[in-house]
Amino acid sequence: MKSLAILRIAFWALGRNKMRSALTMLGIIIGVSAVIALVSIGQGAQSMIQQQLESMGTNVLMVWPEDTRGSGGARRNSDDEGTLTAQDVIAIRSEVPLVTAASPIVNANGQLIFGNRNTYARVQGTSEEYPLVRDWEIAHGEFFTADDVAAAARVLVIGQEIVDEVFDGVDPVGQTVRLRNLPFRVIGVLASRGQSGMGQNQDDTVVTPYTTAQKKLLGQALPRVNQAMMKVVSQDAMPFAESQTINLIRQRHNIVPGMDPDDFAVGNMSEVADAAQETTFIMTLLLGSIAAISLVVGGIGIMNIMLVSVTERTREIGIRMAVGSRPGYIRLQFLSESIMLSLAGGLIGVVIGGGASTLISQFSTMSTVVSAGSVLLSFGFAAAVGIFFGYYPAHKAAGLDPIDALRYE
Amino acid sequence: MIGATLAGPEVRSTGEGDRAPVIQLDDVHKTYYMGADIQVHALRGISVQVEQGEFVAIMGRSGSGKSTMMNIVGCLDHPTKGRYLLDGVDVSTAPKAELADIRNRKVGFVFQSFNLVSRTSAIENVELPLIYAGVGSRERRRRAEEALEIVNLADKMKNMPNQLSGGQQQRVAIARALVNDPAIILADEPTGALDTRTAIELMGVFQDLNRERGMTIIIVTHEPDIAEFGKRVLLFGDGRIRKDYDQRQLEVLRKEHHMSELGGSAGSWMDDVHEEDAQ
Repeated sequence: MKSLAILRIAFWALGRNKMRSALTMLGIIIGVSAVIALVSIGQGAQSMIQQQLESMGTNVLMVWPEDTRGSGGARRNSDDEGTLTAQDVIAIRSEVPLVTAASPIVNANGQLIFGNRNTYARVQGTSEEYPLVRDWEIAHGEFFTADDVAAAARVLVIGQEIVDEVFDGVDPVGQTVRLRNLPFRVIGVLASRGQSGMGQNQDDTVVTPYTTAQKKLLGQALPRVNQAMMKVVSQDAMPFAESQTINLIRQRHNIVPGMDPDDFAVGNMSEVADAAQETTFIMTLLLGSIAAISLVVGGIGIMNIMLVSVTERTREIGIRMAVGSRPGYIRLQFLSESIMLSLAGGLIGVVIGGGASTLISQFSTMSTVVSAGSVLLSFGFAAAVGIFFGYYPAHKAAGLDPIDALRYE
Repeated sequence: MIGATLAGPEVRSTGEGDRAPVIQLDDVHKTYYMGADIQVHALRGISVQVEQGEFVAIMGRSGSGKSTMMNIVGCLDHPTKGRYLLDGVDVSTAPKAELADIRNRKVGFVFQSFNLVSRTSAIENVELPLIYAGVGSRERRRRAEEALEIVNLADKMKNMPNQLSGGQQQRVAIARALVNDPAIILADEPTGALDTRTAIELMGVFQDLNRERGMTIIIVTHEPDIAEFGKRVLLFGDGRIRKDYDQRQLEVLRKEHHMSELGGSAGSWMDDVHEEDAQ
């Protein structure tokens, strides 16, 4: 009852100085809306990256050949110096039970010509399990088979961007194109995926059997692969699959652990994903803290106005004390004023910040995510600012001596 | 805690030994310490009792200690030494919050400069003490209206202080002082900011409260005309009570000075009082 009446007094006191209250709130409004808008940009980037990483295929283990002659273990990807072979990949597929699909990757980029149009294509030689490993659907037509791999058939499955650039409305399936001046038949089109987590466009990919790439496109004397990708049964199984893969390759390459250096390296997408997540998280944190500074500045504004208000209303405080207000009630009254300011400012800030982030996502390429967490955090922070910066003026008011306060001019 | 209602027709018994005095000061001292070794003795041993239903005027030159006395009696300040019983309860060492509660229940203040909360209507000003007493809003409104009726201001309830004359503002202050049905009303130079006619009118309000409602009233003033409304006059000087005139003694003083005019507003006898003080 008493507290309610005191809250009403505080509310009424704010209403008495509408302009001043509005300007004081403005600091908090700007702070909260800045936090929400900027954090929403950061979280939008985070979720975008997460999506793209998932689009690259999850639970994928990767093996690269690594140059053992160079110092410092610098990774080499050159075609003829690697030691990883398609047989290694086949062995992993058959001997590591946690691996459910495996594809070698042989890079064989080249000019692709159809009719009078041409483009530089990112060609990957791989196996029939590639769509499984990459979680990549075929939009149109079909993928090549194990028979095509065995026969080193000149067949291509092409990305959406190649279709757009070269075929110009013609149905590509069944058409014959020239790749590195050899005729190939297009048998399928990959579903569009956009950019990869590393910012690489994936839709300009062209895939062909690795045997075709090794023998016909590259003409390698010693067939090598640039990379192996293995689909593992689950995220939890990754460490086991990784160690089993490492052991198997060492065994096949006659490497004694601890004596010889590995001629390959192992990695997986979740490591990449973690790194990317960490980067964007730090970015979000940075954006949020910069915005939070303006919230603190807003809090100082509240403190400033409350101090002015206490001085201005010294006599009123004296009267209230004389008629029986305990110092605690005075403290409550002034503290409620600053908390009301910061909460009202916080509420308006949430609305404005949410609106701003919606506008940003609509009128720019950035995607934004307003999470309940960021709303609660900024709102809570605003409330805390109100309490923190309101306490000192309120305490000062409560500490006034009624005799002096009544005499104050 | 706030037992009797205001409107009640009953008059408080004018304490004839059966009840403790409303105010009892036993050898009260107040010393202010300014800096390291400067001491100001504002009160040097005050002992006085005020019974229920008394109307006391306190007079004295500035610096005589009468304001300090009012602050202590009004529970705004602690005595440095001595004992103060208000309504039979020792409040000499009560902590701040408790003093606030005591002021709320037992003391009504009227100040020279009215001290109404600005931009707040008359009735809301009167309600103020009831808020801190924890009275519900409807009951608050009812009692504030009653208090304003007592001071004949029921028609100005919604007016802001700046829409009221000085006399009206002071009547709002009186309504605020009596709304909690306090044990004493303390008025510090209540007519100091008013013209003579309004001052006399206002003193009539105090007189009615004392006569008809039996309220204990203590007024600090330096104007003999105003002091004459009191039934007892305490004369302060140099931190002590120099004279304590009761009603009978005051009558004698008036006669000695051949008060010719009715109502005796000339106040010449008070000049004597001051002269004694000056010696």
